[in-house]
Amino acid sequence: MAAGNAIDRAFVAAERGLDAPFGAHANPLRNLGTLAFFLFWVLAATGIYLFVYFDTSVEGAYASIEALTTKQWWLGGVVRSVHRYAADAFVAATLLHLAREWAAGRYRRFRAFSWISGVPLLWLMYASGIVGYWLVWDARAQISALATAEWFDATGLTAEPMARNFLGAESVGDRLFSLFVFLHIGLPLALLAGMWIHVQRIGQPRTVAPRALVAAALAMLLVVALLHPASSQPPWDPLRLPATIELDWFVLFMHPLMAATSPAALWLLVGGATLLLVALPSLSPGSKPVPAVVDLANCNGCARCTVDCPYQAVLLIPAPNVRSGRQVEIMPERCAACGLCAGACPSSTPFRSTGLLAAGIDMPDADVQQQRLRLEAALARIAPAAAGRIIVFACAEAANAATLEDARTAVLDMRCIGMLPPSFIEYALRAGADGALLVACREGECVYRLGAELTAQRLAGERQPILRKSVPRERLRMAALAAGEEADLVAARDALRGALEALGPAPRPRPKRDAAAAGRARSHA
Amino acid sequence: MAALRILAQLLLYLPLMALIGVFSTWPRFAVIAPDQALVRISLIHAAERKQECRKRSPEELAKLPPNMRAALDCPRERAPLTVELEIDGRVVLSRTVPPAGLRRDGAASLYYRLPIAAGRHRVVARLRDRAAGPFNYRREATLELAPGGALLIDFLAAKGGFDFRSS
Repeated sequence: MAAGNAIDRAFVAAERGLDAPFGAHANPLRNLGTLAFFLFWVLAATGIYLFVYFDTSVEGAYASIEALTTKQWWLGGVVRSVHRYAADAFVAATLLHLAREWAAGRYRRFRAFSWISGVPLLWLMYASGIVGYWLVWDARAQISALATAEWFDATGLTAEPMARNFLGAESVGDRLFSLFVFLHIGLPLALLAGMWIHVQRIGQPRTVAPRALVAAALAMLLVVALLHPASSQPPWDPLRLPATIELDWFVLFMHPLMAATSPAALWLLVGGATLLLVALPSLSPGSKPVPAVVDLANCNGCARCTVDCPYQAVLLIPAPNVRSGRQVEIMPERCAACGLCAGACPSSTPFRSTGLLAAGIDMPDADVQQQRLRLEAALARIAPAAAGRIIVFACAEAANAATLEDARTAVLDMRCIGMLPPSFIEYALRAGADGALLVACREGECVYRLGAELTAQRLAGERQPILRKSVPRERLRMAALAAGEEADLVAARDALRGALEALGPAPRPRPKRDAAAAGRARSHA
Repeated sequence: MAALRILAQLLLYLPLMALIGVFSTWPRFAVIAPDQALVRISLIHAAERKQECRKRSPEELAKLPPNMRAALDCPRERAPLTVELEIDGRVVLSRTVPPAGLRRDGAASLYYRLPIAAGRHRVVARLRDRAAGPFNYRREATLELAPGGALLIDFLAAKGGFDFRSS
């Protein structure tokens, strides 16, 4: 666990360091998963081109690749090299993605499905890459195919030694070679299907890399391809072994590992690592969050919570007895208790005049009624101040906002800033605050993935529920700061206060019902 | 500022490019030591039955259902294969391989690899595919194996036994 924390700190430091030149949006370390998706498509596109020229026979395979590499070096050779290096980059990005998610603890409970479904992808990734090298049918392919066969033979489950298939020239036929081609197409297709499953429990999954990153990755692959073109080893010869071969350590590292140990040791290592990865969510489950609850009496089936849930924990199910014909249902084991659904619910508003507030979907330990009471108590604390009164809505995972508390600043903390329905901001400005400061996680670091992003969209009027246009935006600031950046948070609060003092007290429009009552009183008079 | 950021990005991508370019081919992997050759023995062979077929007596046949009255009783189980490989007078492999199958009636298979010093070697391969008795297949040869060379030893009963192939 300590190692995980240290690695997490190292990752965080590296990510923040790279934010400066790349921006958080296009930071490669913050986009490892999307980068892997992009590299997969590069592999698919370049692989299709190579397949057009590839001779799928034992006699012709090596020659066809050599011809492509030498006679058409300016395109075929470059495409071959990009295919090779994209595979290496895919492995590197995937392993880094795995390490990042582990170090950040993103494998527990509501993340377990994504984590466990990612484990077979590692096998498929390596299998696709290893079989790809066999297609070249050079000395590297010979050594790799034999080593892989010997590894499987060590299980004792093969009816006859697989290694026999690669021993003599007569034992390798075109049919076996067709099998390799089939595997090199079938395994990546299975990998793609697995990648699709991998993101199924992620709401609004990011599978498309930012353009800047795409451009940089393509340029990088092209530069490496041009400077260091991929080449074949001597042709496959069962009676001749080169003393050494060029080995792709990203894809083929298991062969030297087996040579240095034994097939059994490699099975132990790979099998043990697989079992450990699959068991990790059970071995270290973490605390169980209190899931959101649905109040069907207040739910109109608008589905905003379903769309905004970062972990697909809110489902929309048919409900013939409800007017909208549908209602939401919580999958408790998938719920992170982030409250983003409550922040999205149109009935989660402090303006309702019912005695006890209730929302269609809410957090049982921090519902809309409790939130309004907490907000009113916070506003009461700063009410005696003359001007510059600030209410801070702070994400508990972001910079520690408690340090901001003073006579003119009241802090209302919440699990995630995305839990904040925008109507609470309007309510606070009407009920005594001169301005509002929203504290979110640093860009790219939202613990619940979408909190800061959805909140920004809601404030900008791009996503329901929106912050009404009548709310003065000049009295509102959003600070995206992580723990440890409290000094910046104080500076953000002071900057807002300075602006508020220049603006003067917030206008407090009377609630409509008060205005209507006043109008009725005037007419009676 | 934008130019500075792009420059910084380029500088940061350089080590990544180097990492991918370098480790896609380096360090080279030594499959065997430069002064070695590789001997591989691989065979699949169905050995003789463990027990001889026995002629059933008339009494035994009478006890059997009419459709199962085969004159000979031939137990399915095959004998294990015993394989020995001797190089320069030293036995480097001596293995008894059971037949495949739940009833032990399938072919037995063996795969073994052994790096040896390159040079001239006297290689003797022996195989017994019956329950008892001495080795009934034997082949010996003196071979010159070059560094990086390979000797493949197969067994094809139809062709008379062991098959040595070398570079």
